[in-house]
Amino acid sequence: MASQDTLHASDPARVSWMNDPKIRGIIFQVLVVAILSAAIYWIWGNTVENLRRANISSGYGFLNGRSGFDVSQSLIHFNADSTFGRALIVGLLNTVLVAVVGVITATILGFLIGIGRLSGNWLIAKICMIYVEIFRNIPPLLVIFFWYLGVLSVLPAPRDSIGLPFGSYLNSRGFFLPKAIWEEGAWLIPAALVVAIIAIFAIARWSYRRQMKTGQRFPVLLTALVLILGLPTLATLAAGVPFTFEYPQQGAFNLTGGSQIKPEFLSLYLALSFYTAAFIAEIVRAGILGVSRGQTEAANALGLRAGPTLRLVVVPQAMRIIIPPLTSQYLNLTKNSSLAVFVGYPDLVQIGQTTMNQTGQAIEVVSIWMLIYLGLSLSMSLFMNWFNDRMALVER
Amino acid sequence: MQEHDLSFVRAEMVLAQAAPSRERGLTAWLRKNMFASVTDTILTLLGLFLIAWFLPGFLRWAFVDAQWTGADRTVCATASQGGVQPDGWSGACWAFVNAKFAQFMYGRYTLSERWRVDLTAILFVLLLVPLLIPRFPRKGLNAILLFLVFPFVAFFLLVGGYFGLRYVPTTEWGGLLVTMVLSIVGIAISLPFGIVLALGRRSQMPAIKLICVIFIEVVRGVPLVTVLFLASVMLPLFMPAGMTFDRFLRALVGVVLFASAYMAEVVRGGLQAMPKGQYEGADSLGLSYWQKMNLIILPQALKLVIPGIVNTFIGLFKDTSLVYIIGMFDLLGIVRQNFTDANWASAQTPMSGLLFAGFVFWIFCFGMSRYSIYMERRLDTGQRS
Repeated sequence: MASQDTLHASDPARVSWMNDPKIRGIIFQVLVVAILSAAIYWIWGNTVENLRRANISSGYGFLNGRSGFDVSQSLIHFNADSTFGRALIVGLLNTVLVAVVGVITATILGFLIGIGRLSGNWLIAKICMIYVEIFRNIPPLLVIFFWYLGVLSVLPAPRDSIGLPFGSYLNSRGFFLPKAIWEEGAWLIPAALVVAIIAIFAIARWSYRRQMKTGQRFPVLLTALVLILGLPTLATLAAGVPFTFEYPQQGAFNLTGGSQIKPEFLSLYLALSFYTAAFIAEIVRAGILGVSRGQTEAANALGLRAGPTLRLVVVPQAMRIIIPPLTSQYLNLTKNSSLAVFVGYPDLVQIGQTTMNQTGQAIEVVSIWMLIYLGLSLSMSLFMNWFNDRMALVER
Repeated sequence: MQEHDLSFVRAEMVLAQAAPSRERGLTAWLRKNMFASVTDTILTLLGLFLIAWFLPGFLRWAFVDAQWTGADRTVCATASQGGVQPDGWSGACWAFVNAKFAQFMYGRYTLSERWRVDLTAILFVLLLVPLLIPRFPRKGLNAILLFLVFPFVAFFLLVGGYFGLRYVPTTEWGGLLVTMVLSIVGIAISLPFGIVLALGRRSQMPAIKLICVIFIEVVRGVPLVTVLFLASVMLPLFMPAGMTFDRFLRALVGVVLFASAYMAEVVRGGLQAMPKGQYEGADSLGLSYWQKMNLIILPQALKLVIPGIVNTFIGLFKDTSLVYIIGMFDLLGIVRQNFTDANWASAQTPMSGLLFAGFVFWIFCFGMSRYSIYMERRLDTGQRS
């Protein structure tokens, strides 16, 4: 033992420093960083030179300039005198709008189809399978074009609009809906809605606590439905029906009045929902199949019927498998909303492209795009991670 | 002991009887699979209604009333639209697809040189198919031919300019040719990049790891359209003045940047799936880092992620349709562009063209996804730790 110790002590470093993995690692890293920095420096120099030649000033000052273009659809007030910065905000809002409604629709559709594929009903299972196999294997852009060029733009002209129930119309210029005109006292209705939502949360908490304590269950879903429909209705009646509907009127060349959903938005929204729903359906199917069969059998043994088994036993466990890939599908849908540029829906990319063409500020616009999309991706994955933590199984 | 009269007990077994008629054959199957309960019956009726509402109309549109041949838009337009069809007619305009088929395949590739594209495609299929079928021998030679020899042959064949072949600039390329070249070259280049990035992300060296993580997460966090814009408008700015980039090359750079980030994540999955013992075993043999990776880890890890690679390829194949935004005409782009052809513009043209493009994309993607499922099953047998 002792001799070995001395052997080691007298032999401090047989290997030369060149073969020490630590030092080699540091040298390698320094080398890579140096090469990368040199490349960036070179690119930077070229860019500055190229911009000087093309007489383009760099920087984000252009965002305060007058845009000079109009946007066909905007959630906030916008006209040609507004700034480029405001235009990009309009684009961002439009992106968020189509992403949010798309995510909601795709989730509902995807869950229905995913569960349908597992249905014991042969016909339904096959229809759902065909749906999934068709939409998973074609480009999303093709689905957008399908709706935009194949369906919506070949609808009849405004003169022969297709009349739909509730005074709404469908034609090649989009979907026309009656618009509610709010009168005095109308604030009561949204206020009642907010009150209803708060009450539902409170009741859900209370009933959960009571169930944990006493095992008694309270019909939360029914109460919630009654509250969310009842309170606003009561408020409406109390305020003396404070709104009227403005119906779209058939004119010679176009429909006037009412609110219009443009075909650009409609096609993008439908395409994103239909396309993503196919992927969500597969995730849902995998999630439900991932719950072991013993769980269903145990629930059946306890005497639960098919509905409660699915709702109380299978789905909560399947959700744990479903949520992480579902998050990435939501992110995909948000990123795919950039395909709006192909049909001219004024989303972030489309407005950015217009800005780029008008000002020539390519680098700035691309950097704004990337930052915003990264921010959207990050915030959405943070939210879904939080949601996932809440849904995750609490091991005892 | 006692001699009881057991005559009330049957002495011989009853012969097996056929199942009741409602428990066998088509009726039983229908009862079990389509009309098991009231809900099931309602769902079945709903499904039948859906099919009855959609299918006959579609078949009528796509086959019965469709126009298969014709010289121009008149065959696909009704009388009031300036065509020969009776008013109220609605049918697919396959004549449009028929007339434009060559363009959909090759774009504006010089007519007399199109045999070169065909030859490249045939060579590719001849080299690829044996590689994909596991039973085929000589995988090594096959792979060398496909990955080392074929790219040069394909380059000289498609681009030309040497060996007496006429030069065909990429601006003349289009259609399925662009879709295929972009996605195949894109995946072939992004695989090595992706491997390097994945190794970097799993590396012990903080600087390397940071660089790889930033690249992968940034690219995965933004849409392909912005990456394509980056490649198409910013790349020329980054280069010294006077140095120009082919538009096709720019699209390729964008596609490769994008695909390598996704590929890196796929490869990382394979690296993480390797049992730790494999790494430690290689270390204990005294192998260097690259020996360890090349000889032990990567061959196993890559084999494990073949389905993932195929899925990335499917994604890339579908995503190449976005290069339309920077002025390249891939299959979908060229179909879309032809809608505006005054010779063929009619109410039926867009739907027919899109269905055709969708069918082509679908065939490729569906085939690949089936192959990926097949490989998954095959690879699943051995590798379970």
